[in-house]
Amino acid sequence: MKNWLRIAGALALTLGLALAGCEKAPEKAAPAVDGPKAGELKVGFVYTSPVGEAGYSWAHDQGRKAIEKMGGVKTSYVEAVKEGADAERVIENMARGGFDLVFTTSFGFMDPTMKVAKDFPKVKFMHCSGFKSSENVSNYFGRIYQARYLTGMTAGLMTKSNTIGYVAAFPIPEVIRGINAFTLGVRSVNPKAQVRVVWTKTWFDPALEKDAAISLLDVGSDVIAQHQDSPGPQEAAQERGKYSIGYNSDMAAFAPKAHLTAAVWNWAPIYEAIVKEVREGTWTGNRAIWWGMDKGVVDIAPFGPMVPKAVQDKVNAQKELFKKGEDKVFVGPIKDQAGQVKIAAGVKAEDKELLGMTWFVEGVVGSVQ
Amino acid sequence: MSPELIIALFAAAVQAGTPILFATLGEIVSEKAGVMNLGVEGVIALSAFAAFVVCHLTGSAWLGLLAGGLAGTLLCGLHSLVCQVFLGNQVVSGLALTLFGVGLATFLGTPYVGQATEGFGKIAVPLLSDIPVLGPILFRHDTLVYLGYIAPVAVWFLLNRTSLGLGLRAAGEMPAAAAAAGLNPQRLRAFGVLAGGFLCGLGGAYLSLAHTHLWTTGLSGGRGWVAVALVIFAFWRPGRAVIGALLFGGVMAFQLRLQASGTNIPSSLLLMLPYALTVIVLVFSAARARERSGASAAPAALGVNIEPEG
Repeated sequence: MKNWLRIAGALALTLGLALAGCEKAPEKAAPAVDGPKAGELKVGFVYTSPVGEAGYSWAHDQGRKAIEKMGGVKTSYVEAVKEGADAERVIENMARGGFDLVFTTSFGFMDPTMKVAKDFPKVKFMHCSGFKSSENVSNYFGRIYQARYLTGMTAGLMTKSNTIGYVAAFPIPEVIRGINAFTLGVRSVNPKAQVRVVWTKTWFDPALEKDAAISLLDVGSDVIAQHQDSPGPQEAAQERGKYSIGYNSDMAAFAPKAHLTAAVWNWAPIYEAIVKEVREGTWTGNRAIWWGMDKGVVDIAPFGPMVPKAVQDKVNAQKELFKKGEDKVFVGPIKDQAGQVKIAAGVKAEDKELLGMTWFVEGVVGSVQ
Repeated sequence: MSPELIIALFAAAVQAGTPILFATLGEIVSEKAGVMNLGVEGVIALSAFAAFVVCHLTGSAWLGLLAGGLAGTLLCGLHSLVCQVFLGNQVVSGLALTLFGVGLATFLGTPYVGQATEGFGKIAVPLLSDIPVLGPILFRHDTLVYLGYIAPVAVWFLLNRTSLGLGLRAAGEMPAAAAAAGLNPQRLRAFGVLAGGFLCGLGGAYLSLAHTHLWTTGLSGGRGWVAVALVIFAFWRPGRAVIGALLFGGVMAFQLRLQASGTNIPSSLLLMLPYALTVIVLVFSAARARERSGASAAPAALGVNIEPEG
């Protein structure tokens, strides 16, 4: 009976909105300034997708909640902001609304952030995953490739067919770097294994991403990793009785029988440090903060019950090294797909090289475009 | 490619083709009655959401499916109102319907993004699913795929073997003649639009209930536009709609498997393939239709509103 009422309510609402003919953008109105208390820091966040219950923006929002607990900090966010003209309007609204510090959390917000920052020199901007900065804009990101390496090790130890599928988003350095780190992790424990890549050119299209995962399962993959936010690939793996590796946040809830672990974000340490800097007046622009597992910004999700203890121990041993700040993921010799040495033996690739990576390491099967 | 991989490819084609098939059939019914509906994309988006939310709240996949169909009918009712009562331009109204449907689905659906629902699971048909080759391709899917086997036959029967279908086609070819024969072309057109909306709605419901089992914005992913194009490719015939939907679904499934098998062809090119193919096929079918001297497959009064008698 109660359910019926809820459906009736939902239908009435749908009908009412349809008749009213009002189409609203899926975002909250610009946060109002209601008399900021003296000394209170106002921090704004711009997300590209809805926060929801898991995924990329959800992870950022956990970071926002963490700084809210610091006391004396007031935060607001706007979710589901389209990259482009919409983003500029939202960021400008925040700058006008008296915010001291604005985090723009997606690569596509880079140019809008730069543009608005120029007009509001007193507001401090932090742009995530980009490479442009100025007097009042700095960049930040995490070394998620370390977590990718660990999930790759897990996949390499769990695969029986020695074929691992990777549902990839867009062929940009961030995604390519992730695939490479994952593959290096796989091959560090299982040199015979291959990682097959299928591009979807989407960040979130569950139907297509699921189809892509199914195509990888069809060619014999028994572990599916992914870059996108959607649980589509997880679901595909579970339906076929195979394993999966999540990304962004713990995806175990979507596929409890398949989910081995996931490369996850923990933004709180970075956000807390930046807020502290701004308060103490030590914040500066023109910087790039790129923290790793040693600072707790990236991690892996708890292992699923199907992962044997021996595997967990092996992965955890490597995790301890990352935690100590020992990062040998991109230390040579590393060969590309054609077998040519791209990073010479003993040489550690510089950050600049990693941020501009456009080639696949040996062991990846598929086109890099 | 191994035999197993080819069987898997065809099975994936059937699965990917199903939502497009429902939408194409819906558009055929609407256009046969003389009303062009370019709002399919919006109808799919809104009905995918309606189906999801009802299934999510009641736990019943069938109620969800019904809600998907009804949401399609409701949205197309708006199209019928604009075009038939207010004599609005069908193309403009259809485009507005797409924007409205996609926008409303995004607006209403934002709180539900990423949430999962049970929906329809896979059911192997006893005996039939054990047939070699055909069994795994055709009979190991979810219930809606099986419904998709019946739908083209039902639409064909309705259009070609019933007096209602004859009336629908008359309303699309020559409404004045239909009126002279004592039929009510306005009512017939409205039926065509609403029934077509229901079928498109089933296509939307398929996406959220049988394919992804979860709600997210952008679920329609351009499938509505593919359906609109396939109607022309199909010459407004349900049988050819099946071929078109399978072809599009098949090429999509094929390019993903080509990538998975480790080709060096850039993915941008491969992802374009299904759409490029649709365009090429359209050009060819248009040329062929012209060769058939004058006998255009399109309903003669398609897109032309019935003016009230002054």
